[in-house]
Amino acid sequence: MQQMHTKRRNRWLEEYIGRTFAVICGWLIVLITVTMIIFLAVKGIQSFTDSGLSLSDMLLSAQWDPNGTPPKYGALIFIVGSMLVSLGALLISAPIALALAIFMNFIAPKWFVSLLKPVLELLVGIPSVVYGWLGVTILVPLMREWFGGSGFSLLAGIIVLSMMILPTITSIAADALANVPMAYMEASYGLGSTRWQAISRVIVPAAKAGIATGVVFGLARAFGEALAVQMVIGNTIKLPSGLDSPTATLTSVLTMDMANTINGTPWNNALWTLALILLLISFFFIAVIRLVGPRKEG
Amino acid sequence: MWSKRVKLGLAALLMTGVLAGCGQTENNNAGGNEETPKKEETYSGTIALAGSTALQPLAEEAANAFMEKYPDVSITVQGGGSGTGVNQVAAGAVQIGNSDVPAAEKLDDKSKASELVDHKVAGIAFAIVVNDDVNVDNLTTKQIQDIFNGKIKNWKEVGGPDEAIHVINRPASSGTRAAFEKTIMKDVKINDSIGTVQDSNGAVEQAISSTPGAVSYVAMSYLIGEKKNLKTVKIDGAEPTVENIRTEKYPFWSYEYMITKGEAKEEVRAFIDFVKSEEFAPTVKKMGYIPMTELE
Repeated sequence: MQQMHTKRRNRWLEEYIGRTFAVICGWLIVLITVTMIIFLAVKGIQSFTDSGLSLSDMLLSAQWDPNGTPPKYGALIFIVGSMLVSLGALLISAPIALALAIFMNFIAPKWFVSLLKPVLELLVGIPSVVYGWLGVTILVPLMREWFGGSGFSLLAGIIVLSMMILPTITSIAADALANVPMAYMEASYGLGSTRWQAISRVIVPAAKAGIATGVVFGLARAFGEALAVQMVIGNTIKLPSGLDSPTATLTSVLTMDMANTINGTPWNNALWTLALILLLISFFFIAVIRLVGPRKEG
Repeated sequence: MWSKRVKLGLAALLMTGVLAGCGQTENNNAGGNEETPKKEETYSGTIALAGSTALQPLAEEAANAFMEKYPDVSITVQGGGSGTGVNQVAAGAVQIGNSDVPAAEKLDDKSKASELVDHKVAGIAFAIVVNDDVNVDNLTTKQIQDIFNGKIKNWKEVGGPDEAIHVINRPASSGTRAAFEKTIMKDVKINDSIGTVQDSNGAVEQAISSTPGAVSYVAMSYLIGEKKNLKTVKIDGAEPTVENIRTEKYPFWSYEYMITKGEAKEEVRAFIDFVKSEEFAPTVKKMGYIPMTELE
């Protein structure tokens, strides 16, 4: 009787300790995230409160000349650059990813899927500097041959990025497709549809929400990617005049200048504001994921 | 059960390793002390440096030499850029901030700048470099200004091949670019909407050697040893030698600074003096920098 009692007490203790630990960890994550957001917000608005820059100048002006007299901090070039490069990457990789996901789920033989999955996982794990390096050594010279100029270009950035986000979108889309009940497929076969009709008119529409989540995830990843893009896009401070023209992104100007400016200077504050803009845009993407994501299951 | 035992074993092994390691360092230190009793003064403590990537290789070399001489001193050197150097030393996080420019030029807040002391520790020469296919071996300051301003767009305008010029800049915050603007461009503005920007000496090197018609500027310390594959161009007929810098024939160079906050501790001062010393000068020269002994 006594023994049973201690046993029960031990179990209760273990449960209790485990639960406390889990709760603390949960709160810690929340706390860290919230403090980071607050820190970034405080730093980011210093441009307007301390350095006297105006919001509209910052967002709508393409004049970025922090060394000039007077210095100018218009971020339009970088915002446009980031958008073009990530939307461009999405345009290339989303259709391919969807095709790959369909192929993996409904067409490819099992042994091939078991080869494809680890390959995709591997692609996610390759560090971005490697993508950048491959871009610089292979893609940039190719671009130079095809389009002239230096080869450092918006298109090079788009291609490198689309390689990087392809596996992300593919795996999320593949999961979404796999979650569609087999009965849907069987029912449409029963109605006399071909495989193509079943996939394009039944399965894909049913998995629409999941696929959209994958696409937004890919977009968010593309937007935040810094190193690989910076290595191939040229970082020229001007709006791109075409796909073969170099430009700069929010992340590339941040990584290039952050280490060389001093805390508290208007220049440094302006960079923090760029970081805040990046954060707000990822908030926007997360909101979109929330909206399209969990609405329905199967 | 088995895995638990293995883990325990591993932990035990690690612990012994760590303990043994500790013991060893202590022994080494003791040994070092005995070997250098002839030195009148000896220093101890830790010194942390951070900042300029242009100065970093030299600072690392100096740290190793200094620690060999005074085994009780432990020095760590980090990069991060000149801005990081000034930030960290102003915040008291490191004892020495490495910078390509004097602290006052970076800091807006002059009250903060007055606390910081700049020490010139070496000179560094920069060179205009071009891709192999550009057969131009001399440019005048005016021509360089026009190239980076965007007025001259083809190499044939400066006596080279009929080939488009591809300008490669450093980001606006770079110390190398600051030196370039100060000594070569002067009042002429760099046109940032032409060409491309690469954010390190290494990336510039890669871009120059692979892009036909490319021109940029890099620190000489990146052009010594195995890195001679880049083609340098004379400026107004002068090569980037110490002699030409001293006689003011070659304009494109600047000082490198180690910045301390307030009154530096004696080991910090000793280290900075060591970097500037006659004794360390040959190494400074070998690494592509200009020793202070030759500049003053």
